[in-house]
Amino acid sequence: MKNNEEKKKQKQERLLNLFIVVAALLVALFIGALLFIIAKGNPFKAYSVMFTRPFTSLFGITEILVRAAPLMLVGLGIAIAFRSGILNIGGEGQILIGAIAGAAVALAFPGLPKIILLPMIFMASFLGGALWGGIAGWMRSYLNVNEILSTVMLNYIAMQVYMFLLRGPLIDPKEVSYGTGVPQTAVFSKSAWLAKLIPGTRLHSGIIIAIVLAVAVYILLWKTTIGYRMRAVGIEPKAARTAGMNVQWYLLLAMLLSGGFAGMAGAVEITGVHHRALESISAGYGFSGIVVALFGGLHPLGIIPSSIVFGLLIVGSDMMQRAVNVPASIILSIQGLIILAIVSAQIFLVNPKYKEKMLWILGFNARLKNRNKGERR
Amino acid sequence: MIVQFLVGIIIGGIPLSVSLLLAGLGEMFTQRSGVFNLGVEGIMMLSAFIGFFTVYTIGSPILGIIAAMAVGALMGLLMGLVSITFKAEQGITGIGLFMFGWGLSGTLFRVYVGGVTTIKGIDGINIPVLSKLPVIGPILFNQNPLVYVAYILVPVASWLLFKTSWGLKVRAVGTTPAAADTVGINVVKIRYQSLVIGGIMAGLAGAYLSICQAHLFADNITAGRGFIAVALVYFGRWKPSGIMGGALLFSMAHSFQRLIQVYGINFPYEIAVIIPYVLVIVVLALTWKSQSLGPLALGKPYDREFRG
Repeated sequence: MKNNEEKKKQKQERLLNLFIVVAALLVALFIGALLFIIAKGNPFKAYSVMFTRPFTSLFGITEILVRAAPLMLVGLGIAIAFRSGILNIGGEGQILIGAIAGAAVALAFPGLPKIILLPMIFMASFLGGALWGGIAGWMRSYLNVNEILSTVMLNYIAMQVYMFLLRGPLIDPKEVSYGTGVPQTAVFSKSAWLAKLIPGTRLHSGIIIAIVLAVAVYILLWKTTIGYRMRAVGIEPKAARTAGMNVQWYLLLAMLLSGGFAGMAGAVEITGVHHRALESISAGYGFSGIVVALFGGLHPLGIIPSSIVFGLLIVGSDMMQRAVNVPASIILSIQGLIILAIVSAQIFLVNPKYKEKMLWILGFNARLKNRNKGERR
Repeated sequence: MIVQFLVGIIIGGIPLSVSLLLAGLGEMFTQRSGVFNLGVEGIMMLSAFIGFFTVYTIGSPILGIIAAMAVGALMGLLMGLVSITFKAEQGITGIGLFMFGWGLSGTLFRVYVGGVTTIKGIDGINIPVLSKLPVIGPILFNQNPLVYVAYILVPVASWLLFKTSWGLKVRAVGTTPAAADTVGINVVKIRYQSLVIGGIMAGLAGAYLSICQAHLFADNITAGRGFIAVALVYFGRWKPSGIMGGALLFSMAHSFQRLIQVYGINFPYEIAVIIPYVLVIVVLALTWKSQSLGPLALGKPYDREFRG
C-alpha cells in the first residue's frame, strides 16, 4: 500500500518536472521571439521553419538524429557530473581532446579490422576526454580548485592543443604537399567508419551507441552502489563523508566519466560524420550539452528525448537562417535563455509553497497538499 | 636587448590588464555580497558589441561607453533576477548568461554590421614632456584614458569596500546573510546592487576591449577574459590590490606571449597562446588555501524561510 503511494508520488513528481521544464522552454522561446524581432526577423516564420521544416525531408529527419548523438553523449556526461555535485563546463575541450585521441588511433592503425579498430578509437576518445575532465576533477578533489573555472580554462587550452596537433604532427600529408595547409587530418581508412543506417544520408550508428550508453548510465547511477554513492556525494557531501564514503574519489570519478562521455562524442563525430578530425568538429556541443542535460532533468532516460529536441533546434536553426536571414548563432542565445528559464523554474520544485500550487494547477488533489504540510520540518 | 624586451612586455602588458582589472573589481563586489557571477564573459561580449555599435552608428565613444555600461547593468539585473529572486544555482545561471551574451552579440554583429569594420574609438593620450621620459615615459604617461580610470578605481574600490557603511553591508551580506538580515540589512537589495555594479564594471571592461583596445568588434572578442577575471578574484583574495596584482601578472604573461611572436622566436604559436590560461589554472591550484578566506556565503542563495 505504502509502496503504491510512493509510486504515485513519484509519478506526480515526474509530471511536475516535465511540466516545469516545458513551461520554461516556452518562456525562453517567447523571450527569444523578441530577440528575433531585434535581429530583423519575423519570429513566427522563424519558429515555424525551425520546428517544422526539418520534418519535411528525409535529410532533415536524419540530420536531427546525427546532431542528437553527440549532444546525448555530452549531456550524459554532464548529467553524471551534475548529479555528483560537480559542474562540468569543459565539455567543449573534452570533446576536442577525445576527438584528437581517437583520430590518432584511427590514423595509427588503419589496417585493423573494424570490429577491433572502432572500439579502440572509442576507448582512446574516452580516455582522452577522461584525462581532460580528470585534471579538473583531481584539482577540485585534492586542491579545492573551483571546477567551473578550471574546466573553462581547459577549454581554451584544449582548443589550442587540438589546433597545434591538426596543423602540425597530425596534418593530412596531402595538405602539406599541395600547399593548401587546411588544418585537418587525413581521411581514415574505411574500417574506422561507423556504419551508415540509411544510405544517402549522414545518419550513422552513433545514435544507437548513444542510446545504449544512456541506458548504461541509468543503470550505473540508479542500480549500482557506485552510482548511489556518486549521487549521495552530490546531494550532501558532508553526510556522505560521515557515512564513510571517499567523497574526493567519487568527485574525481564523476569528472573522469563525464569527460570520457564528452570524449566519446568527439569519437562519434570523427568516425560517424567527418571520417577525419577537422577544425570545426564540435560546433558548440559542449555548451549545448549543458542545456540538453538540464532539459532532460539530469536523468539519462530524459536526456534521450531532450537531445533529440535540441538536435531539432540546431538543424532547424540552420534552415531558419536560410529562410528568414537571421544568423543561426541566435540559437546560442536562446539556449542561454533556456538555461536561465529552467534554473529559475527550479524554485517551483524546491520551495514547497510553490510546489503545492503547481501540483494544484496540474490537477492533483488536496490530499497530497495536506500530506506535504505534514512533512514540512 | 633584454631590458628592451622586458620594457616591451610591460608596455604591451598594461593595456591588456585593463579589461581584466575592471571586470575583476566588479566581480569582487559581486562575490563579496555572496553571488558568484560567472556570466561576466557574456556581459563583456554583449557590452563590447553595444559599445562598438554605438560608436559605429553615432560616432561618440563616450556614449558608446555609457551604452556598454547600461547593458552591463541590465545583464547584472538579469543575473540577479535568476540567482537572487528565483534562487537558482549560480554557476549554471552564469553559464546561461554567458551563452546568452555570446550568441546575441554574434548575431547582432552579423545582422547590423556584417564584417570586420574598424571604428575611431579612443586612442592613447600623450602627456606632454612626461611621456618623453626614457622607459617610464611610455609606460606611465602614454596610455589610454581608461587605463588611468581603471587604476584609480583600485583605491576607490578598496575605500568603498572597507571604509563605507555600504561596503560593510556588502561584506556582511556575503558572510552571514542571516545575521545581516536580523540587524535590518536588506540582503536582496545589497546583492542586487553588487550585481549591478559588477555588471557595469564588466560593461566598461567590454567597452574598453572594443572601443579602446581593438577599435573593432569580432565574435568572441573577449577570448575568456571574463572567466579569467572571475578567477582573478579568487587569486586576489577578494581584495582590490590582489586583483590588480593578478591582472598585471596575467597581462604580462599575455604580453610576453605576444612579444615572442613579434620577435620571431621559434616557438609554436598555439603553445604560446595557452600560457595565460595555464597560468590561471596553476595559480588557482597553488592558492587553494586562500580560498577559505573567501566570503562564507559565496554561491549560496539566501532564503529567509529556510536555514542553509
